[in-house]
Amino acid sequence: MEPSPHTATSNPPVAATAANLSERDLVRRSASSVPPPARQLEPVAKLIDVSKCIGCKACQSACIEWNDTNPAIETNVGVYENPHDLTPDMFTLMRFTEWDNPQTGNLEWLIRKDGCMHCEDPGCLKACPAPGAIVQYSNGIVDFVHENCIGCGYCIKGCPFNIPRISKVDHTAYKCTLCSDRVSVGQGPACAKACPTHAISFGTKEDMKTLANSRIEDLKSRGYENAGLYDPPGVGGTHVMYVLHHNDQPEIYSNLPRDPRISPVVNAWKGMAKYLGFAAMGLAAAAGVLHSAFVSPNRVSSEDEEKAEDLVKEKT
Amino acid sequence: MADRDIAKEDAIHPGRPVVVSRYNLGARINHWITAASLILLALSGLAFFHPSLFFLTGLFGGGQDARAIHPWIGVVLFFSFAGLFIRFWRANLPEKSDKAWLAHANDMITGNEEKMPEVGRYNPIQKFNFWVMAILIIALIVTGFAIWDQYFFDWTTIPQKRIAVLIHSLAAVALICIWIVHVYAAIWARGTLSAMTRGSVTGGWAWKHHRRWLKELAERHRVKKPAAPAE
Amino acid sequence: MTNSWTDIRNTDLVVIMGGNAAEAHPCGFKWVTEAKANRGAKLIVVDPRFTRSASVSDFYAPIRQGTDIAFLLGLINYCILNDKIQWQYVKAFTNVAYIVKEGFAYNDGLFTGYDESKRDYDRSTWEYEIGPDGFAVVDDTLQNPRCVWNLLKAHVATYTPEMVERICGTPKDKFLKVAEMVSECSSPTKTMTSMYALGWTQHSKGSQNIRAMAMLQLLLGNIGVRGGGMNALRGHSNIQGLTDIGLMSNLLPGYLNIPVEREADFTTYMSSRAFKPLRPNQTSYWQNYKKFFVSFQKAMWGDAATVQNDFAYQYLPKLDVPAYDVLRTFEMMHQGKVNGYFCQGFNPLLAFPNRQKITESLSKLKWLVTMDPLETETARFWENHGEYNNVNTASIQTEVIQLPTTCFAEEDGALVNSGRWLQWHWAGGTPPGEAKHDTWIMAQIHLRLRALYEKEGGPFPDPMLNLTWNYKDRNEPSAEELARELNGYAVETLYDPADATKVVLEKGKQVVNFSVLRDDGTTACGCWIFSGCFNEAGNNMARRDNSDPDDTGAYPNWTFSWPLNRRILYNRASADLQGNPWDPSRKLIAWDGTKWAGYDVPDIAPNAKPDTVGPFIMNQEGVSRLFARGLMRDGPFPVHYEPFEAPIANVIAPKIRGNPVARIFQSDVAQFATSDEFPYAATSYRLTEHFHYWTKHNRVNATLQPEFFVEISEQLAAEKGIAHGGWVRVWSKRGEVKAKAVVTKRIKPLMCDGKPVHVVGIPLHWGFTGAARKGWGPNSLTPFVGDANIETPEYKAFLVNIEPTTAPVAV
Repeated sequence: MEPSPHTATSNPPVAATAANLSERDLVRRSASSVPPPARQLEPVAKLIDVSKCIGCKACQSACIEWNDTNPAIETNVGVYENPHDLTPDMFTLMRFTEWDNPQTGNLEWLIRKDGCMHCEDPGCLKACPAPGAIVQYSNGIVDFVHENCIGCGYCIKGCPFNIPRISKVDHTAYKCTLCSDRVSVGQGPACAKACPTHAISFGTKEDMKTLANSRIEDLKSRGYENAGLYDPPGVGGTHVMYVLHHNDQPEIYSNLPRDPRISPVVNAWKGMAKYLGFAAMGLAAAAGVLHSAFVSPNRVSSEDEEKAEDLVKEKT
Repeated sequence: MADRDIAKEDAIHPGRPVVVSRYNLGARINHWITAASLILLALSGLAFFHPSLFFLTGLFGGGQDARAIHPWIGVVLFFSFAGLFIRFWRANLPEKSDKAWLAHANDMITGNEEKMPEVGRYNPIQKFNFWVMAILIIALIVTGFAIWDQYFFDWTTIPQKRIAVLIHSLAAVALICIWIVHVYAAIWARGTLSAMTRGSVTGGWAWKHHRRWLKELAERHRVKKPAAPAE
Repeated sequence: MTNSWTDIRNTDLVVIMGGNAAEAHPCGFKWVTEAKANRGAKLIVVDPRFTRSASVSDFYAPIRQGTDIAFLLGLINYCILNDKIQWQYVKAFTNVAYIVKEGFAYNDGLFTGYDESKRDYDRSTWEYEIGPDGFAVVDDTLQNPRCVWNLLKAHVATYTPEMVERICGTPKDKFLKVAEMVSECSSPTKTMTSMYALGWTQHSKGSQNIRAMAMLQLLLGNIGVRGGGMNALRGHSNIQGLTDIGLMSNLLPGYLNIPVEREADFTTYMSSRAFKPLRPNQTSYWQNYKKFFVSFQKAMWGDAATVQNDFAYQYLPKLDVPAYDVLRTFEMMHQGKVNGYFCQGFNPLLAFPNRQKITESLSKLKWLVTMDPLETETARFWENHGEYNNVNTASIQTEVIQLPTTCFAEEDGALVNSGRWLQWHWAGGTPPGEAKHDTWIMAQIHLRLRALYEKEGGPFPDPMLNLTWNYKDRNEPSAEELARELNGYAVETLYDPADATKVVLEKGKQVVNFSVLRDDGTTACGCWIFSGCFNEAGNNMARRDNSDPDDTGAYPNWTFSWPLNRRILYNRASADLQGNPWDPSRKLIAWDGTKWAGYDVPDIAPNAKPDTVGPFIMNQEGVSRLFARGLMRDGPFPVHYEPFEAPIANVIAPKIRGNPVARIFQSDVAQFATSDEFPYAATSYRLTEHFHYWTKHNRVNATLQPEFFVEISEQLAAEKGIAHGGWVRVWSKRGEVKAKAVVTKRIKPLMCDGKPVHVVGIPLHWGFTGAARKGWGPNSLTPFVGDANIETPEYKAFLVNIEPTTAPVAV
């Protein structure tokens, strides 16, 4: 395997490095096929330790700065979430939930950094009709290629986590890229770099699982019996994972899906509907062809014309 | 016999052959706008339906433009079809005799039309096409708005959009199938196309396919004096 | 901080009280998460609100704002009653055994000597009994009823868990859980760190809040050890530097004082600064005061500061009042006694209490100069912004001159962080527009004034004309030049006092550190505590070696930590009387039989025997003070006093309102409210998304928290019919604000003295300039009163009323 990018918690390289993500590292490409990759990069992952997160929004700030986006200055609507939702200019969002723990009677303020999960089986890519608009690298990063994007919004429908958003400016879809541009030169994502409490870590997926295990052990020692790693198998695992204190109830973290998978509706649309559709249209066309082959055209005979003339004469 | 079968413009022009006016200019323009939008919608829509057809976006200047224009054409289709609907809905209402006709539908397909009951302005298959098209177009416009994210993203939830996109694609497929039947039938039954090109059919065509309509016209003396003596 | 940010990772228990580190110090808070990860440390948060810090804590206890002393004395009482005291430490390193003078007493919330008319104490009885040998009398058996231990025991006995619940609203079981966790740290091998900030300082008894915790930490043996300490999280980048460098009206750099009027000559001035040891063999380091003072005078006036003129002592102003703190200055301005005001890097219109009074005061100035990188509200105080700044512009005659300055990222220089690290930074950008460095502006003002004095003379031009001004570019002293001046240099060649032929330092060379400073005028040093920051070894503040031998958290070669690159103050207290570390796994320094050595620079003479010389070398006693003598205006022990505006009367002394010695200006008396009229207990605070009133000018920060809001409980919202996200009007006796309502479970009503108390939380980041939406700050509401000792305004506890309203109208 190719050397993995450095984790964001260690010192990243300072010397210029050649980008290590290219076309030849693609394992999936929307609405098209790719040759098997020339090499297999080590899978990477971002680990978000919800139990360490203080909701400071440094990640949001770093994301805005690095991606040079321009989210609107909104209003306060009685909550801490700002912007109020993910937008084409805000790829990540702290979501806050005030949760009364029925077991302890204590209030818990659950703060989850929302954003693209970089699914191993990406629903957005599956739904995308535009060849090459969504790609997946062999290290697991799912990236949007804006020059190929047609802005149809199918990725939004395909995503089990409701993440991508379409820009009103250039009509293409945006979401977290896992800072593929940074990762390809050995840097961690901007959010991980900015996170003051190391609630966001980045490294190989294996390393992140190991780190998660040590965190889970710590949480269990503090009484969080159900602490665990959120790496949902329904989408083949994700390259953004959470450490949750209450992994048995992911939905309390601002509706994190318990068992995310690509919606059956989407599967029907991108699977069965296509075959049925082509079959139906093909059958209709074939029926026409066959019919014309076996049944001669329905022509009006001269008799018919005469009958008509007779009728007309009779009535006039 | 019903008034609904007779449109204002319908008229018999005596001569050899007899010519029967069936669609006036407005109806024909309306029809062809509908037809053109439907074809454009099918082409652009199919491009998003399956990667192998994505090249069709090239006809519209690329994926972005195809995506942008498709819903607008849909709006045109909707209003255009609405025009047709207003014109023809009465003539397409089902009637008792349709049942008897349908019992002989096989004779129609095998070209033994003579054995069938007389037909008014539209036969039951045409009527079926008409109503199914109407329903599908309503379904398409409603689901189309639900997935027209550029302007209406906030109007529906994402799960609703998912269902909408599935219905939209299935409805589109069905509509294309109906359209194939419609076009094929128009070509197969020779002499039909002129109804939508010149606006008229021959008396023989009317006698053969819509005899009751022709008789009705004759009955009501909807006959125009020939402009020039017959040949 | 006694310790450093990086040292917090060494702790076993973090207590965040009087602060909200995760919210206001998120980058420093990482060391809490490190401690949790590395040592399995626990985190306790005590706060009126369930804060961002509480969200990652192991235990949270609510408390009513302004009642911290009751809680802390309750903890001390618990530790005493349960014998959770680090006895070896306490006996050796505190004044627990010292006998207090006959006559000292405490009754009904007051100590001996109170004079109500002066709102001040005669503190003469708050002293040790001095024996015939001239030293303080001690009773190591702790039997004497007047020894500090017995006085303390009696003093805190009132603060039972029941009393704590009654005053603080903290449920008894929660208090006891905190007490249990805290008291475990009395073990020599367990340490607790206290992280506090403005939640303790911004009270009329702010200094005593901190003292109460310091006393607890001493009883637990947690001062001077790794993972322990009293750690003040400073509220601004470089606010530590501001106090270090003496930017207070009554201070000179390095915590030297400006003379007061009665100190008419140098001898008188020095007579009260002799700092004679109060116990045998003690260091009493302030005995070196004269060296630091004279070296400062030499740095200022060079050759003009001579032995003959008492080193230019008379060049210094003499204070006629204890201090011209911000409250006094604005009170005087309000009375029309101030003509001009220089406002450098400050935004009084939002930062000082009672905004109405601030606006009126600024309107009475002839001129106001603002020096700031940003368009501050103060610079625009005269501009009408509808409800947001409803002034009659035409009636304001103040001439406002705005001088745009550079921002930190456009300058070279050092910032001092909370952990006393002087961290050098380099300019990362060029200043925009007409912005100039503050140093350039100050130099220009100085040079122009100097020219005027040269031309016109005046009653006393000497201090101005003789000021050392030998910078390469007279128009703009460089950061390096100023830093070298602060470090100090030899004015004359220095010889070894023991061997007059031996040259210690040649004339003009930088001193290695303050240990070589002299009181004879042969050395100059701008700020003695910084000395060593830029010596002949170079700019030590620019060091960037992040190695940390044995992972002690000291990072000794990273920048420079004052004093003497010492990372943990009082670190000699980390070892017992034999010089062995209390906790071998947390060794800091140890006595090897002849000298002290270890990971940190010893905070004691290297050869001072462990059983002889006490670790608290700045104190005349050599030990720390559980009993503060007369050094605090409001008592040698902390007492629970209610805020000046409190929802309930003081339970332990019902007749006392606020802090009995806090200064109150006559004009403000009528503006203190009672709970009948203003029933809700308000507090102010910061949010992570913003830094004070600065970042609202930044688009990104404005995006993340765009609009002013207040936080209230679901119960209060229901009672008042306030909608989630709806507009509310909040008003006090001094003003009103309109804000969006964030209705939250994170604030809950507290039961205090049998009465439910609703808390209204008011963050402070909005004003009428900048990128964010227009709003107000809590200072529109807060009272014009400060801490009894240092006059920090009481922002954290005041009374308001609240009701639903409609959106405010801008112009």
